[in-house]
Amino acid sequence: MNGRTRSPVPLHIVLAICAAIVIAPIVWTVAAGFRTQISLLMGEVLFTPVWSNFSEVLWSKTSDFLLNYRNSIIVGVLSTILCVVVATLCAFSLNRLRWPSWVAHIFLAWTMIFHMIPPVALASAWFSMARTVGLENTFTGLILAHATLNLPMAIWLMAVFVREVPKELEEAAIMDGASTPRVLWHVILPLITPGVAATSILTFIFSWNEFAVALTLTMKQTATVPVAIAKFAQDFEIQYTQMAASAALAMLPALIVLLVAQRYIVKGLTQGAVK
Amino acid sequence: MTASQASLTPARPGVRDSHKVMEGDGQRLWRWLTFGPALAMMVALTVLPIANLFLTSFQNVTWADGKPTRTWAGLTHYEALFSDQLFSAGLWNTLVFAFAAVAGQMVLGFAMALAVSKITHGRVFYRAIFILPILIPGIVIGAIWKLMLNFDFGLINKALGLVGLMPHDWLGSSETALLSVIIVDIWHWTPFCFLLFLAGLETLPQDVFEAAKMDGASAWQELWYITLPLMIPTIIVTFAFRLVLAFKVFDEVYLLTSGGPGTSTEVLSFTLYQRFFTEDKAGYGSAMSVAVIFLVALLLVIALSARRRTGATS
Repeated sequence: MNGRTRSPVPLHIVLAICAAIVIAPIVWTVAAGFRTQISLLMGEVLFTPVWSNFSEVLWSKTSDFLLNYRNSIIVGVLSTILCVVVATLCAFSLNRLRWPSWVAHIFLAWTMIFHMIPPVALASAWFSMARTVGLENTFTGLILAHATLNLPMAIWLMAVFVREVPKELEEAAIMDGASTPRVLWHVILPLITPGVAATSILTFIFSWNEFAVALTLTMKQTATVPVAIAKFAQDFEIQYTQMAASAALAMLPALIVLLVAQRYIVKGLTQGAVK
Repeated sequence: MTASQASLTPARPGVRDSHKVMEGDGQRLWRWLTFGPALAMMVALTVLPIANLFLTSFQNVTWADGKPTRTWAGLTHYEALFSDQLFSAGLWNTLVFAFAAVAGQMVLGFAMALAVSKITHGRVFYRAIFILPILIPGIVIGAIWKLMLNFDFGLINKALGLVGLMPHDWLGSSETALLSVIIVDIWHWTPFCFLLFLAGLETLPQDVFEAAKMDGASAWQELWYITLPLMIPTIIVTFAFRLVLAFKVFDEVYLLTSGGPGTSTEVLSFTLYQRFFTEDKAGYGSAMSVAVIFLVALLLVIALSARRRTGATS
């Protein structure tokens, strides 16, 4: 704002320190994944990187990490598709299809209350429901749970994006005789594709990161990555370097998303709260 | 969050009414087909489970052969709640945790956003770095800090050693355990506040600042009399948003301290988890969940009325 009146150099120093505080723990942990347990305990500053932790975590017979990784991808992708499709339809419907305003008000107030409830409070109810209908320890149960957990945020985001589409375009299409599904598919959807992308990326990341519900609804065969990492900390003798290696692997999606889609994440994170 | 409610309500419904093209059975069908899935999911997976929790909170539940046996317990679970020291410890710790962590995040996030908004080069670079913790799984944050705060080899104690201080068992002593979890949460979520504040600062009208500069306002005056008042809506929204998430804290506590030592980091989510899944007390856990849900709804009502009041005065 007033970059010319004051030298920004002190600001850059402060920001560089902040950046270091953010980055240092992450880099140090990733580095710990390349150390031997002895090197970590000795606290050597210079060390010879080894692959053994990663190969142990990924390929060892006693480790399920690759399975956990696959499970997280399955649950993340499918719950994101379900969540974003349902949220987009819902946002379109409440915004453009003339629901009485009390319907939208009550529904959105409820999504807000639901968003505030700790997932653990619902996890037990979901657990016993899943048990009753035979969905315990299945992907279906966890996919439904994750899609529901992320639905409020996805609806709010998609509502912002749908509202940004000028009504005139839609009206013109209707004048030309387009039906409701045609309007949605050919007029609205092409214009909100960036919004759909932003919402999908965030939903996937939140599903990937979710721990409490995954912990309660999964067993050995269906456990996701966070559940697997928590197991390390529960061990009597913690394998610190392997924990660091699996933590590094679990951060990969976040890093990829940050590198290729930062714009969408910023859009998603800010629009949902500010607008 | 709160503002999005307003954005969803159908605005200006009268625009197309004169044409009367859209009303009919087809229209009604599509209305339900588009809204139905979301409604069905919310009813089946949030309303029903909460009703189930409410019902269960008056029962004793025992599982045998995969089938529950339910017996009536009346209000005993709710009575027990009032004398449960774990619950009161959880409630107190959650409040301390949430307000301390969010206060720290707000102040630091605001300072960082202000700093980034004043530089001309490197905005995207700093923003990219600061976003990273938001995207990392909470459980990985827990793992990172379990290593960082380790008594023997953690970087924190190593750094203390360099300046000649004694190493400290951060997570293992009851005086610093909650503080450590608060600091980890500040590390985790300050970037989120930063991001929202930066977005807010970038949309402030620039002419006001130019006018202030013409009148010779100092940087402090500018911050205190212009930036902060203009940012109040963003500050309130961010505060509410973060507070809600802070009340749900679970992952980091689970990994870092598991509520210990003693009850020093016992937080609501963790207490709930233990009642249900470690001790298998579904009835009592449900009563606790209902109490937490009630508190959450109460908080929302307070927040909304506070928002209405500030909206009325400004």
